Amino acid sequence: MKKEFKNIFQILVIALALSITACKKKDDNHNHDTPTPQQPGETEIHLENRIGNLKFYLNESYVNENGDSVKFTMFNYYVSNFEFIKEDGSSYVVPKDSCYFLVKANDMESQELHFKNIPAGKYKGVRFIIGVDSLKSAAPLEQRTGVLDPATGAQGMYWSWNTGYIFVKAEGTCPGIPDSLQNKFKYHIGLFGGYSTPTINNIKKVELLFGQNIEIKSTKKPNIHCYVNPLEMFKTPTTFDVKAQPVIMASPASKTIADNYADMIKFDHIH
Amino acid sequence: MKKNHKAICINHTLFKGVVVFFLILIWGCKKETQNETPNPPVPFQGFYQPEHFPSSEQPFDVSKINEKSFALGKRLFYDPILSRDSTISCGSCHIQASAFTQHGHDVSHGIDDLLGRRNALPIQNLMWQKNFLWDGGILNLELVAINAITSPVEMDESLLNIVEKLKRSKVYPQMFKEAFGNEEITSTKMLVALGYFMALFISDKSKYDEVKRGKAQFTEQEQRGYNLFKQHCETCHKEPLFTDQSFRNNGVQHFFTIDKGRYEISLISGDEGKFKVPSLRNIEFTAPFMHDGRFPSLMDVLNHYSDGIQNYTNLDPLLINKIPLNSQEKQDIISFLKTLSDFTFIRDKRFSEF
Repeated sequence: MKKEFKNIFQILVIALALSITACKKKDDNHNHDTPTPQQPGETEIHLENRIGNLKFYLNESYVNENGDSVKFTMFNYYVSNFEFIKEDGSSYVVPKDSCYFLVKANDMESQELHFKNIPAGKYKGVRFIIGVDSLKSAAPLEQRTGVLDPATGAQGMYWSWNTGYIFVKAEGTCPGIPDSLQNKFKYHIGLFGGYSTPTINNIKKVELLFGQNIEIKSTKKPNIHCYVNPLEMFKTPTTFDVKAQPVIMASPASKTIADNYADMIKFDHIH
Repeated sequence: MKKNHKAICINHTLFKGVVVFFLILIWGCKKETQNETPNPPVPFQGFYQPEHFPSSEQPFDVSKINEKSFALGKRLFYDPILSRDSTISCGSCHIQASAFTQHGHDVSHGIDDLLGRRNALPIQNLMWQKNFLWDGGILNLELVAINAITSPVEMDESLLNIVEKLKRSKVYPQMFKEAFGNEEITSTKMLVALGYFMALFISDKSKYDEVKRGKAQFTEQEQRGYNLFKQHCETCHKEPLFTDQSFRNNGVQHFFTIDKGRYEISLISGDEGKFKVPSLRNIEFTAPFMHDGRFPSLMDVLNHYSDGIQNYTNLDPLLINKIPLNSQEKQDIISFLKTLSDFTFIRDKRFSEF
């Protein structure tokens, strides 16, 4: 009986001690957190169109991999679902409400992507997709705002007859394309893989590593400068002949162009 | 005294007469006043789930449908300013008396007398659809209208132009305010309002539905037709929506040059010439039939299934042996199909133009 009592007493003492340390620990943590608050920071990704070392311009002639002279009149594309990769390999996922961008060759501002409220820290890269994810492609209209609004932001990048967005829209001319088509090429590449029945999925994942850690914090706003080469859509893995297929929209051939442009965005430098 | 008595009697009778006269007058007046007072307002009925239907498929938020947003949707549905030259409205090709199809037209007849390539589908029970149009190309109820509005052979108008026209209108800013709480007019609001209107096109009051509710009985012929239907048709035209929402090729077409059907969306080889199995509800009102409106009558359709099917490319395996039906059986099936006619729906004042 006495022994039992002693045991209970011991347990009580231990429990009390534990609860005190637990409280203390909590306090400790609290005290530890407050002195060094890490304010979130901002960053920018600059997507500049370039052909090699030269700036890219609409309505200028460029020779593609197949040796054809092509002139773009339009080069628009979506990038979305950004994730910044931390030093330790984990990542910060940009919230859905601010992760969709429509980049247009004729709109310099659209080529600067702004990110706010990024947790302070060191980052070694960024991941995103070229295109719009399937969930958003099938979302109710009221959840499609800004660049995803079919009538305004996404004008010309939305198919009215087939669910989903045009991920990359490239139009222009090539002298080798027949006069009956006014020498025009039109590539409207979309398709997110289908909702109930699977179809072609042209969403392309991109991962760009900076080759160094960049610091993002409230007092430091790095600019991640990338080069985008529109001619990539005509090469690797498939050297593409615009004369043979001047118009591609929602068709199996769209995969060839999408596979080609998957590597059109390359990281260049930080400033 | 006698005279007096008589006089009293006369007076009495006269008095009675007068009283009755006044009573009649009062009663008359009362009746009249009763007539004049408007019927107690019928409370607005929003979206509801018929008890014998499966749960709805669309993520569209029907909880926001109210009298005002419904009224805005209705006005837009019947307003030709949604077309480029203000000649046609949604209601032009989707006529209520024909269960919101374009009766008598094999393919849609749009702006500038241009023709589409497919038969206008009925608008009914949209909330239970997984996807829309003959090829299932559109997933969201509120996005379907963009197709008809922007199609060069249908309404040929841009959403932005419509927004400008609506802003200039004398009535719409107020209607948008009443429906959405502020005057700002956007294409999203316009499409959502159209969706609110169409989401209430619920057809669940046909004789078939009443039979299912235990409130009516099939005639002998209808019952024979129903039995045959369950034996031969129900796999694809699944009750109670009368479609399994799959895409099938029913052997009407050999070449797919003009219209590849589901293939245009899925890009899966073998889907050429497949089209959405249409609902059979209100089929009595929606002639002509098939995606290209090739059959003018229900008998033509049944003759196709019993004798006309050819073993064309991608023919549905269920139809390889055709559907053996004699002419009495066809009559019986048609008699059953007419129990799917919902007169309450096609005459519902809430949905009608005038």
